[in-house]
Amino acid sequence: MTTETSKKFNIDTVENASKTPDTELPWAELGLKQNEFDEIVKVLGRRPTGAELAMYSVMWSEHCSYKSSKNHLRQFGQKVTEEMKKDMLVGIGENAGVTNLGDGWAVTFKIESHNSPSFVEPYQGAATGIGGIVRDIISMGARPVAVMDPLRFGAIDHPDTARVMHGAVAGIGGYGNSLGLPNIGGEMVFDSVYQGNPLVNALAVGVMRHEDIRLANASGKGNKVVLFGARTGGDGIGGASVLASESFDDSKPSKRPAVQVGDPFAEKVLIECCLELFKGSLVEGIQDLGAAGISCATSELASNGDGGMQVELTSVLLRDPTLTPGEILMSESQERMMAVVTPENVEAFEAVMDKWAVEYSWLGEVTDTGRLIITWEGDVIVDVDPRTVAHDGPVYDRPYARPEWQDAVQADTFTGSVQDAGRPAAPAELAKAVTELVASPNMCSKSWITNQYDRYVGGNTAMAFPDDAGVVRVDEETGLGVALATDANGRYTYLDPYHGAQLALAEAYRNVATAGAIPMAVSDCLNFGSPEDPDVMWQLAEAIRGLSDACMVLGIPVTGGNVSLYNQTGTTPIHPSPVVAVLGKLDDVARRTPSGWREDGQAIYLLGTTGAELDGSEWANMRGHLGGQPPKVDLEAERALGEILINASRDGMIDSAHDLSEGGLAAALVESSLRYGVGARIALQDVMDRDGVDLFTALFSESQGRAVVGVPRSEEVRFTDMCTARGFAHTRIGVVDAASGKLEINGVDALSLDALREAHEGTLPKYFG
Amino acid sequence: MTELPLIGEAVAVAAEPRLAGARIGVVTFPGTLDDRDAARAVRLAGATAVELWHGDAELGDVDAVIIPGGFSYGDYLRAGAIARFAPLMSKIIDAANSDAKLPVLGICNGFQILTESHLLPGSMIKNDHLKFLCRDQVLRVENTNTAWTLDYQAGQEITIPLKNQDGQYIADEKTLDALEAEGRVVFRYVGFNPNGSRRDIAGISNAAGNVVGLMPHPEHAVEPGFGPESLDGIGGSDTDGLGFFTSVLNKIVGGDK
Repeated sequence: MTTETSKKFNIDTVENASKTPDTELPWAELGLKQNEFDEIVKVLGRRPTGAELAMYSVMWSEHCSYKSSKNHLRQFGQKVTEEMKKDMLVGIGENAGVTNLGDGWAVTFKIESHNSPSFVEPYQGAATGIGGIVRDIISMGARPVAVMDPLRFGAIDHPDTARVMHGAVAGIGGYGNSLGLPNIGGEMVFDSVYQGNPLVNALAVGVMRHEDIRLANASGKGNKVVLFGARTGGDGIGGASVLASESFDDSKPSKRPAVQVGDPFAEKVLIECCLELFKGSLVEGIQDLGAAGISCATSELASNGDGGMQVELTSVLLRDPTLTPGEILMSESQERMMAVVTPENVEAFEAVMDKWAVEYSWLGEVTDTGRLIITWEGDVIVDVDPRTVAHDGPVYDRPYARPEWQDAVQADTFTGSVQDAGRPAAPAELAKAVTELVASPNMCSKSWITNQYDRYVGGNTAMAFPDDAGVVRVDEETGLGVALATDANGRYTYLDPYHGAQLALAEAYRNVATAGAIPMAVSDCLNFGSPEDPDVMWQLAEAIRGLSDACMVLGIPVTGGNVSLYNQTGTTPIHPSPVVAVLGKLDDVARRTPSGWREDGQAIYLLGTTGAELDGSEWANMRGHLGGQPPKVDLEAERALGEILINASRDGMIDSAHDLSEGGLAAALVESSLRYGVGARIALQDVMDRDGVDLFTALFSESQGRAVVGVPRSEEVRFTDMCTARGFAHTRIGVVDAASGKLEINGVDALSLDALREAHEGTLPKYFG
Repeated sequence: MTELPLIGEAVAVAAEPRLAGARIGVVTFPGTLDDRDAARAVRLAGATAVELWHGDAELGDVDAVIIPGGFSYGDYLRAGAIARFAPLMSKIIDAANSDAKLPVLGICNGFQILTESHLLPGSMIKNDHLKFLCRDQVLRVENTNTAWTLDYQAGQEITIPLKNQDGQYIADEKTLDALEAEGRVVFRYVGFNPNGSRRDIAGISNAAGNVVGLMPHPEHAVEPGFGPESLDGIGGSDTDGLGFFTSVLNKIVGGDK
């Protein structure tokens, strides 16, 4: 078989490359720039072979090398205090960061993008997004325990939105449900800026004992390198086909899907199989195969280890025997893992593979040469220093500047604008406005989506959508668990990238604290347009600066994440969309705080103060306005509010809490009522008097650092004393009314919960069936 | 075989001593998802959960068997069609049909495996709305004489999660009439038929009542704080599913009602 295979290719060996320095190579078609190709030649001291060119081109791509963002991302590692480091077991740079939960437990989580594949082929794009992030989590030695998916689509009524929405949701469900991972939350935003470029981000979280943490490195001369899981096929090969000079014939399939195809069953088996390997301590280092496939796995494992690696490429099990060496190195076939195994463990490793019926092949071994050497039937086709492939890629200081249009946008406030004409004021108008708000595309119930996801599997889900954060139990004996929330507001970030990114962090932080959890770590998925556009580059630089500054104030580190650039249609970029995930810890998930009230007669308090902040709000968005300044950021206030919510949860002082964000108080009151179908009577006069705002503003402003809580009568004094002692604004705004079936707000016509529910839950089915 | 632990160690429940001796097997196929959950439900009910591997040649020392939910072999062929041929399944089929009448419960994918095994009649096809659906479902317990429903009241309504893509129960009219006539419709959907199942059938039993299969998931409604009431707050309780597991325990230890 191998002899036959080799006849199909002109194998471009290192020896051949040395002898034929002037051979033309398709570096430009593979996406490399002249200076980058020159650099490769300089590093190697000769022209690269076809296989080496394939490796460098994928590993030096924006996606793998972070070449445009690296200089800015450094801030996440630099702006770190001792407080932020104390629970960080593994930081940025590994497959995912690891945070200490105590009691010997650790948690790892990460968020990533799968944006453009999800536009091209929504089902597979979204499905393999889940698959990839889950393998990152397994690679750390953890058992994946939950997923979340922040989604951003084009306008709800655009004909193409349904295609993307149906496909992406079905793909996330089809893949995630088959893995046995509960989907505990996410986001859903509709905005025409995402029409040609939806954002499909995926988060996974996993847990492990400290001793089970695994890293991606290949150490120990003589240890074996193994590739296992699915076979390598032609899917996900981007530019490799231009290496056509490798091939003698043109009989092979020419049109290969650039989007990978997922096999969730293979992934589920791979999860169980890897966990059994970890349990038996059968692997020394492990790495999942994602972007750049074997190129990435071999170069990263080798460069993170202490030696080199030698690999025979014809040992790779193939789905398509016509693949060339370059294609094998670049293939992004899913559900594959690479591991380093000591010779003593080879037999035990194979027994685990056989038990789970997982295919594997031994590719080579770890060496002490410091070189990554890849052979094709013994002929050397790659001979590189793995660091030059994996870590020493180009880094660019892209020019950036505050866009000329930024001032004009910030000067265009909603108040007094054309779109602000006829602002609701009368009771009937306000009732209509509240109903319209909660039925609007971004504020409506997401249950059409979340009902397609399994939230129960695993039996550890303590909270999921529609609550502010997802909560999963980690330790059944103690109830120790984690809470997670993801947030971003593209409109805020468009108005002011520095503060917009901080607002995303603040909201995710607040959501986690609202659930009663102590925020501990951050993972971010930075979705932006082209870094070659100085306007966009400025947005990216500002967002990273804002986020890293805010992490310092809140005292939680960024432990990992992903940058997704070139999200634009033609020359029109998306709104800058830094999606921020915050992970928090609950000593006992039984103490979590749900977002709705239930007990008749409980007092309802509004925490925080309200200003006239309607710019960038959902209300302004519904009216078609985007301009002005986003709400003010006060991170110290967020921290104070967080402490109140966490203490109140721990000491049983509150039974419900809902953060205020998009849609303001109006949205929070409706959602807290609909959560358990229990109404309330609300009066906002005290808030209006204290903060100097009218009823409309009190309801629709999106001032930050606020939450609505339900306080049992018996705890009212203790709770208000705590707020007073901490100097945090708190106002009793009403009482839970279990019998009325209504949300009654003074100055607003009474809203029946049935009608609100119909409005809230009817929107997605209306558009998507 | 050994199975991986749950997240954390098994919870030590202060079981009634007379129940702890009861051993209930939970089968894992490649692609099974709810095996840990079923084992937890068994433990919470007070019995000992025994992990069973699909490739095992012998059933071993178990008093009852649960075939849990998931996507065995990815459901890439008809759901349950491949799992049915596992070595362990032939042992389960024999034991269920023997005079000893081993109690067997198939949940979701497990129900599909039981119909593919012909331990139960009929079959499941794709939901009529063609989507995966996860919701809390009200069921009426129509038959309390099976091994798995003894602890419920006749006609009792319970709320437990439902989550599947291929949940539409179908059979020919003659079979459906026979099931009705023999009282073998054990559970019916109440208020809302979530998948187009014939005659609102959510679960059925064999003639002897030792084999029961249903699409909804009782093992996800056994623990306060982690069931339908806590997650969705639509009424019912978090523990409506526990009766399945206590029923079979009472049957095993001879506490027939």
